[in-house]
This record gives sequence, C-alpha cells and structure tokens, in this order.
Amino acid sequence: MNNVRDKKRANKSLPFFFRTEFKVFFTIILVSTILLISTFSFDTVPPILNRGIQPATFPKGLLVLIIVLTSIIYYLSFKRPWKKEKNLPKPFFLTIISFVLFIIISKTLDFFLAIAVLSVFVSYYWGERRIFYLLLVSIIFPLVVFIFFEMILGLRFPPGIITNLYYY
Amino acid sequence: MMAPLFSSKLLLVLLFGTLFGLVLGVLPGLGPTTGGALILPFTMTLDPLSAIILLTSIYCAGTYGGAITAVLINTPGTPAAAATCLDGYPLAQKGEAGRALGMATVSSTVGGIFSVIVLVFFAPILANLAYEFGQPEYFALAIFGLTMLASIGDGSPIKNLIAGAFGILISTVGKDFMTSIDRFTYGINELSVGIGFIPVVVGLFAISEMLTQSTLLDQVFKRVALKAVKLPTKDDYKKTWKTILRSSGIGSFIGVLPAEGGTVASLIGYSEAKRFSKNPEEFGKGSVEGIAGAEAANNAATGGAMVPTLALGIPGSATTAVILTGLIIHGVRPGPDLFKEQPEFLYGIFGAMLVANILFFIFGFFGAKIFARITLVPNKILWPMIFAVSVCGTYSLSQSIIDVWIMLFFGVLGFFMRRYGFSVVPVIIGLILGELVEGTLRQSIVIFDGNWLMFLTRPIALTFFILSLIALAFPLIRSKKNKKII
Repeated sequence: MNNVRDKKRANKSLPFFFRTEFKVFFTIILVSTILLISTFSFDTVPPILNRGIQPATFPKGLLVLIIVLTSIIYYLSFKRPWKKEKNLPKPFFLTIISFVLFIIISKTLDFFLAIAVLSVFVSYYWGERRIFYLLLVSIIFPLVVFIFFEMILGLRFPPGIITNLYYY
Repeated sequence: MMAPLFSSKLLLVLLFGTLFGLVLGVLPGLGPTTGGALILPFTMTLDPLSAIILLTSIYCAGTYGGAITAVLINTPGTPAAAATCLDGYPLAQKGEAGRALGMATVSSTVGGIFSVIVLVFFAPILANLAYEFGQPEYFALAIFGLTMLASIGDGSPIKNLIAGAFGILISTVGKDFMTSIDRFTYGINELSVGIGFIPVVVGLFAISEMLTQSTLLDQVFKRVALKAVKLPTKDDYKKTWKTILRSSGIGSFIGVLPAEGGTVASLIGYSEAKRFSKNPEEFGKGSVEGIAGAEAANNAATGGAMVPTLALGIPGSATTAVILTGLIIHGVRPGPDLFKEQPEFLYGIFGAMLVANILFFIFGFFGAKIFARITLVPNKILWPMIFAVSVCGTYSLSQSIIDVWIMLFFGVLGFFMRRYGFSVVPVIIGLILGELVEGTLRQSIVIFDGNWLMFLTRPIALTFFILSLIALAFPLIRSKKNKKII
C-alpha cells in the first residue's frame, strides 16, 4: 500500500521545476501572460463610439481569471501533489511526428498524399505489417472518402500533385 | 407529434442515425460527441429537420451503445457508461452477459423515453419563461451554465473552470462582433472569422483520443462471450423498476442543468441506486440494480439535456453543444421564438428521439452481438481511417486548410489536458457559450450605463447568480470532503 502511495507521490521528492505541477503551471502562466500582453496591442474604440467596455477588456478578464485559478491549483498541489503519469511511449511521439509530416506535405505537395502518408505511417508504427491493410488505410479508404466528399458534398479539395490529376 | 416523421426520407435518416450512433457508442474513444462533430459537415446536404434528427438519433443510440462495450469488455464505450462497467462486467463474467445487456437495454430505453416526455412538457414551459429574459438574465444564465462546469464528472472543479474560461477565450479570437476590431488574430486573415467549433471539437475529442490510443497499444481487452441478449426476468423487474424510474428522474433533472450530461447523471443514478437498494453489498459484484441505475440515468440525460438546448440555446451537455451548432449552421435559432414559430420542427425532433429510443432497443436486443464485434477492428486500422474522415470533415465546412491545422493543434492540446486532469468538455461548452456571455455582458453594461450593481436589481438574474454561487460552492465542499480540489 505504502509502495503504491510512494510511487504515486514520487513527484514530491523532485526539485520543484521538474515536477509535473510546476511544468503545467509554468506553461499555462507563460502562455496566458503572453496573450495578456498581446491584448494591450488591440485597437481601442474612440470614447465617442465606445458603448460599454473596450474589446480587449473581456479577454483580459478571462486571462487574469485563468492565471489566478492556475496559481490556486499550483498552490494546492503543494499540499496534495498530483499523481505521476507514466512516461509517453515511442508510438505517441511517432504519431506526433506524423502530424508534423502531414502539415508539411499538405502545405507543400498534396492534401491527399499527406493523408496517405500519415495513415501508412501511423498504421505501420502501431504494428500493422500486412500489405493489404496498409493499402486499405492509406489508399483505398482515403480514396473512398475523397470521392464521397467530392461527389456528395460537392467539395473542392486544395490543389496538389495528386488532386490536380483528378481535377484537370 | 409524429406526423413529420411519416416520410421515408426521415425514417431512413433516423435508421441510419441510430445504427451509426450504436457503432460510435460501442467503439471506445469515439462516442456521440465526436461522431456528431464528424458527421456535421455531411448534414449540409440535408434539410434542417433531417440534419437535427440525424444528430439527435446519434446522441440517443450512442449513449446506449457505450453499455455494450462496458458489459462485454469492461471498457466504457462512452464516458457516460463508466458506471455501467462496475456491475455490468462482473455480471457478464458470471456467464450472464445476456442478462446484463438485457437490463442495460431495457433501462436505457425506459430512461430515454421518460426523458423525451420530460422534454415535451418542460421545454415549452422553459421557453415561455425565457420570454421574461433580457440581456442581463441571459448573461446570468450563461454564467450559471459555466459555473455548473465545476461539477462535471469526477474531475477537479478548479481545472474544469480553467478549461471553461479557456473555451470562452477561444470564442474571442477573431473580429469583435460589436466593434469589428481584431483580437488574437496576429495578422492571420483566416483567424479574423474566429476559430470554428468543428475543428476544436474534432481535435479535442477525436485527435486527442487517437494520441491516447497511441499510448495504449499494449492494452489487451478481456472479452466476455455473449450468446444472446435476454430480456430481464420478472424477478429482475421487481427488483429494479423503482431504480429505473428513480434514475430516469435523476437523469432527466441532471440533463436539464446546463453543461451537465450523461456522465454525471449515470454516476449519481448509480450511487442513488446503491443508497436505496436492499442489497447494497451486491453492488460492484454484478448487481442488476447497479446496471439499471446507471443506464436509465445516462439515457434519461439525453432528453433532459435537450431542454435547455432547445428552449434557451444553452447546451445541456457536450453532445448537445454539437447539436446546437448543427441548429445554428442550418439557420435555426433555438429559444422561445422557435417554439412559437416552428412547432412542427420541434415535434419532429421530439418524435425522432422517441423513435430512436425504440429503435436502439430493437437493434440492441437483436444486434448487440454484431455491434460487439466492431470492437474487434484493430486500432492500427481504425484510427488512421478516423483521421482521414476527421481531416476531410473539418476541411469541408469552411474549405480551409488552417482549420485542419487548428484541429491538430487542439488534438495535441486535448491529449495533454486529459493527461493532466483537465476535462475537455468545459472547453467545448465555454466555446459555444462564449459569444453569449460576452455579448450579453457588454449589452447589459450598456443598458445599465456602466453600473454593474444593477445586475442585482433584476430578480431572475440575481437568482441565477445565487445558483451560480451554489454551483461553485457545492463541488468545492464535496471535493474538500474527498480531498480532491485539484
């Protein structure tokens, strides 16, 4: 029982900046502060046209609220540390990499090529080795989805090296 | 009430919605919210009534579908079925999977039908009350809805509030609707129209779930064999009829509360079933009362959650937030005027929900075995396919590649939020209520000539503010008792 508790609360013995609570607190505060600073550069409405509050006031209030609430959860985490999460496995990082690949390929080459690459990449690294299923997820299924959206919804997908073959 | 449904097209939509909802409910990680968001672009080809009928039937059937996986593989297909695992799986392990599913099916159907009756009676009353609402009252109501986020699920109230505030913050991105001044756009033209609801929902639910599944690849499900679903016996009915009715009432009430939904309803329904039971010691070991309590409550929440959605335009749950978006996309403005001007549209929805509950009873009873087989589709094939649909669906609404990137961003964000105990549901509710909160606040300030204290002179607004304080205090007190504020 004690072992379980020790494992769960193992975070407590780490220096404060390695603790999950601090990392989460720091990230939220940093992002909120940057956003809060950026609200000061919003245009303001001249007093004669201004009815009620300025456009920046409401987001400012929300960001201050987020900062205050985050500070409270960080303070409370000293009394009751969060349970330690397991380290993230390799497939998680590979999936994130596949998202980055998707963005690069969809921006530079082709939207559907990006979907095919991501699908085959994810399916392979998640353990699929059978060629048919790799083809199914990377070519057959995206093709069906493409035709469905194109024919039924009348959608025009962004131009690219493969999509252009269909359109022109 | 059923007249609008007597068309083969609407019946087909209803049939498809129920089947699709069941598939979504059965698949762990998906569910009616994600499924509704994914199918929303497809509804553009339908007329408004068919579109909303499709979404509501997915909602009803998806909520029930979660029970099939909960009973057979001890994994809730939807979060609302989490409490069903507690007794459904142990009963299935005893070789009574058919009995467990039979009880889940009957209590879900009763709960669902009960909630439609609640919807038919209470939505018009609430809509009539809403005629008394001005901007300050709507602001106070939206604040009440947001403070209710504090008590969503068993998560931390403060983290839920942070997530809700973040959702509202997202709604402020783009041109300010009163002054047309850009906010948080950073020179990106696509952001001046704001961040769409669909990229955020699909990202937070589908893509973040895909990332979660990437961390669970070594997970092995222990599946219990199912021969056939059995209707409950006379003894089972005797034991559970009070529980089913009580949980139906609880679920409908919880559903009506803004922002609450099936998950909270099923947890309360389950614990109340245990509290009133003559055999509380059987709970957790395969009690049919436990299954009935949880399942009647979570399905009763579906009709309940539609009450504030249709009458006030305030979503009763994450899935009704998707339905609300569907209504807005199709040019239907929920609220009191809808009840006055388009009663046949509302009766169509009420009737569709009633029929969906009967349909999922039939499909669940005869097809649970087939639906259970869907869980055999391996994640390494299923999720790349869901990704393809998510990407195309998100792209299709505004034909913007930026929306797809926003979806991916929210997918990664949603994964880390869930990892560190922040529920993603408040973000969705905050996003959909954001414009209402800010708009009514700013208009109220204009009405009150900048005097904030004038809010307290409006009795309805004051009541909602007091309810908001109670909504904030209740989970904090409860959490302090359970030592779970963070």
